[in-house]
Parts: sequence; C-alpha cells; structure tokens
Amino acid sequence: MSAQERKTSDISVTLSGLKLDNPIIPASGTFGFGEEFAQLYDINVLGSFSFKGTTREKRFGNPTPRIAECEGGMLNSVGLANPGIDEVIGEELPALRKIFKKPVVANISGFSIDEYAYNCERIDKEDGVGIIEVNISCPNVHDGGLAFGTSPESAAAVTKAVKAVTAKPVYMKLSPNVTDIASIAKACEEAGADGLSLINTLMGMRIDIKTGRHILANKTGGMSGPCIFPLAVRMVYQVYDAVKIPIIGMGGVSSARDVIELMYAGATAVEVGAANLVDPYVCPKIIEELPKLCAELGIEKLTDIIGKAHR
Amino acid sequence: MKKDFMQTAVITSNVQIAKATFEMKLDCDATAVTAPGQFINIDVPGYFLRRPISVCDAEERTLTIIYKVVGQGTDAMSRMSAGTELNILTGLGNGFDPERSKGRALLVGGGCGVAPLYMLAKKLVRLGRAVDAVLGFNTKDEIFLENDLLNLNDLYEFGCEGFDEAYYASEIYDKETQPDKDRLQRGSKPEVRVAVTTVDGSYGIKGFVTDAIAQMYGTGSEGNDLVPYYYACGPLPMLRALKKSVGNRGELSLEERMGCGFGACVGCSVKTTKGFKKVCADGPVFPAAEVLEEV
Repeated sequence: MSAQERKTSDISVTLSGLKLDNPIIPASGTFGFGEEFAQLYDINVLGSFSFKGTTREKRFGNPTPRIAECEGGMLNSVGLANPGIDEVIGEELPALRKIFKKPVVANISGFSIDEYAYNCERIDKEDGVGIIEVNISCPNVHDGGLAFGTSPESAAAVTKAVKAVTAKPVYMKLSPNVTDIASIAKACEEAGADGLSLINTLMGMRIDIKTGRHILANKTGGMSGPCIFPLAVRMVYQVYDAVKIPIIGMGGVSSARDVIELMYAGATAVEVGAANLVDPYVCPKIIEELPKLCAELGIEKLTDIIGKAHR
Repeated sequence: MKKDFMQTAVITSNVQIAKATFEMKLDCDATAVTAPGQFINIDVPGYFLRRPISVCDAEERTLTIIYKVVGQGTDAMSRMSAGTELNILTGLGNGFDPERSKGRALLVGGGCGVAPLYMLAKKLVRLGRAVDAVLGFNTKDEIFLENDLLNLNDLYEFGCEGFDEAYYASEIYDKETQPDKDRLQRGSKPEVRVAVTTVDGSYGIKGFVTDAIAQMYGTGSEGNDLVPYYYACGPLPMLRALKKSVGNRGELSLEERMGCGFGACVGCSVKTTKGFKKVCADGPVFPAAEVLEEV
C-alpha cells in the first residue's frame, strides 16, 4: 500500500520509554487535574496530560485580577495556585485515576532546591505518574522557579537534586525569558535530565488606558496563545540542535498543523495550553485531525518528522 | 457528560436598552441554563478570550443576555446584527437558589448586575414568593429592567410552580413582614415591587441600594429579621455595603476576570470561609456568609 492509499498514519510517539497513543498533552495550568474536561469528553483519548503545577504548600496564588488578554493570546498571573503536594497525592490523584487510565505528567514546582527534591520524591512513588515535569520557569512568582531556570548553573542544580531522588523520567520545563535557552537546556542534559519541556509563558504586561493602571494585580503575567507560537518553534529548534534528549514542545499550539510544525522543529510530543481555555474540545479535535493531516502530507509515521527541519 | 455545553447560537435581536447597555437575544437550546445567575461564555471573533456574560432569561430556545460595553470585545458584540452566529459555552457556574427564600425575597442589583435578577424574579413568582427588587444605578440613563420586572405581575400566576401552604400556616410566618396570605394564593396576581436608586438622584431614590433597603424595611442594622432573604449581584463595594447593613442571610453573585469560565485555569479564584473557590465554577453565586470575609 502506498503512502497515498493509507487512510490513517501512525501518530504514536515514545517519551523516555513511555509510549503515547498520540503526541497530544494538555499543558499544566490549563487542564487542572482533568476533572472539568472529563465532563466534556473521554480524556483517555489524550496522549497524556500535565496536571496543575504542584508545590509543597497549598497556595491561593497571586491577587486577582490575574487574567488579561492580548492580540492572539492572553496573560495570566495565577502564580502557582494549587492544593499542595499532600492534597494532590491524597485527593487529586486518586480522583484522577478514576477518570484517566494512562500515565500522567506530574508538573512539580518549588521555591528552593530542597522543595523541588521533596515534591519530586513524593510524586515519584505515585503509580499513575509516567513523567515528572519540573517547572523551573514560572514567571509569576518571585523566586518561584524562574530564578532556577534562568541560569545554567541553577537549572543544573535543580536537575541533579531531583534526579537523585527519583526513578521516573524527569523533564525540566524551561523558560523563554532568557538570552540563551540552549545553554540552559545543555546544562540540564549534562545534569541528568531525561528530557525537556519548552516553552513556558513569556513575561508580559498590559495597562488599562482608561485608568492608566496595570490590568493584572501582579503587574506582570505570563503570555501564552497563538501569538507566541513562532517563538516556541524557534526555541524548540535551537534546543534540538543543542541536546540529544527528547523535547516536549509547547507554546501557542492550537491545531494539528501547529503540532506537525513543532515536531519538524524537534519536538517528540506537544503540549497544548491556552487553546484549551477557549475551545475545551481542542485536544480531541487535534487528535482526530492529526492522522488525516499526516496522510495528506504523506507522513506515514509521525515520529519520522521529529527534528527533520534541521537539514 | 455535560450535554449542549458548547453551542452555535444565532442572534435574533441585539438592541440598546440604556446607556452603553445592550440586550441580545440568542436562538439556541436555552435549557442548558438551569438556574438564574448562571452565565454563558461567548467567543467574539477577533478576540482570544471568550466574554463571560450573565443570563438574563432562558426559555426553551430563547436565551437573553444584557451586557454593558466596557471594552473592545463588548463593543464588537454591540455592533453584531441579527442572523450572526456565535459560538457559546452555556449553563456555566452555579446560580441562585430560589428555594432558600420564604414568603418574600429581596433582590438587589447594581448596574449590569441587575440583569440576572429577571430570570430569578420570574422563578420566584412561580414558586410563590413575593418579590422586592432594588435596582441601583449611577444615573437615570442607565436604568433598565424596571418595567420588565413590574410586568411580571401581569405575565405570570403566583405560585404556579408551587405554593408553600405549610409555610403560611407555620410559626415562622410573620404577618408584619411576609406577604398577605389572604391575597397571595396559588394563581393570584403576583406581588413584585421595584425600587430604583440613582447615585445622582436623577430618578427614584437618591443614593445607594442600601439607602432604599433602609427606607423599605425601616432599618439598616445587621441581621434584621425584617429584611427578607436576599439575592444580590453587582459591584464589590455594593455587595460589601449590603453585607454590612443587612447581614449574611442571602446570596451574592461575584464577578472576576476569567480565563476559561469552566474551572480549568484557576484565574478567577476567591478566598472564602470554606477555602479557595473558583468564581466561574464554584460560583459565581455564593452564600453571603462565605465570601467577602477576612480569611
């Protein structure tokens, strides 16, 4: 059977030995712990999903308003609002396992190297967790990770500390708010990271011209949505050149076309973030569309195109 | 799974009813809205985030919203013509609980917050409640829904969906403050009374909704039993003043800038006496005792 005659293409991918039916992973902070979306569709169609960034303590996050809009996207200054690691392990994960049967991506954050290690060690023992995604790039909390993700030394220090206490694959989530993302990616790889997730949101600001004041109570917020997509493509491309470990690409992805583009740049799997908030059905739509688009483009196996833009 | 959560709605009318205030009627399955005070989230072409707007009325295939033009997105909405299709998420949030009131209910709205009180008043009338509505505006040009609320007296039969005989026979029934049981019977003409306040005194009672409530019930002291169970929607300063003057025997609808409108992004969190809650999914309506407290 020739490529043209194929009705469906193979869209499965593998991340550090973990086979995903498809590369689509809703991004942390846009999917909660899955409960809201499970009321809308069977979330088991997803490759996986990355749950809400978890810290040691329960957090309200920043004061409101913490949502603003921009052309082609949005800004948020939620600031790692989450129930804390005890409640996540005690309540959220048991509830999650009832609605999601596949391994989940555990997004972990922290305010010190000790806290990262503590949270990762706790979550490492959870059966339902397939990958630990370590957020060293939250732009909304002072010293809430971004500091760790902005220098190769501190990024490596977190990676080492986390790797020492975990057996599961560890993916470091990188910030785009840096001058040289490739050097940080390399530092994480050398420190033992199994993979990388990028990009987190871009730090931005909006001012209400009627009042002359910041719209976000936190003044700055992380920008996401289709407007940052080209930046994500560029950074995934640069990082792919710098490291050998797999990349989960993200940043403004909202269609099957975007998924293919980011995979050409070097992503093995793709997270979908802000798009979930405006179209709650966007992930199943992309998953349905992907094999058709692959067939149209003559792609037999989706994994064949990973990083193929590098030539 | 939630049915009819996302729908294509067709605008059947979109008209200005007061200063910068528009009423839009949508043809869609309106039965997804099950409680007054719920909202819809509208995809406005050209804008990334949806616009959350409270439901003014929902009957079978007609969903009515009243919105104020506050920015570019709502301005774009105000220029949409009949026949335009809109993608909406509907039946969002938890609304008011009409069953909580007895005999008489007090409805308090400020500015655009008046909108959801229409569906609530209609439901209350059908459930056999007398309704006192206090509507607060800045100035005369902004007033809307006053006549629509009064018209409920002619449109519906009192208690057609239920009439609590036991309540009127009970000891809680207070002849001084509660509706006249000899006049208000199942099927009788309802009793909807409306008071309007304007800050500048250009119409109705000069001042704030709390001034009108003090006049109507003779007092403004907290926890006064003469003030019926209340339902309120409006700006935060109004809700705070209301809690301070009449206490916590009621429900408040909160407003916050939202990302998704269905609980996914945690953008619109609020601290309550029962922990952190999402305005969009746990609210927007909360028991008054649980919110706007120091926690």
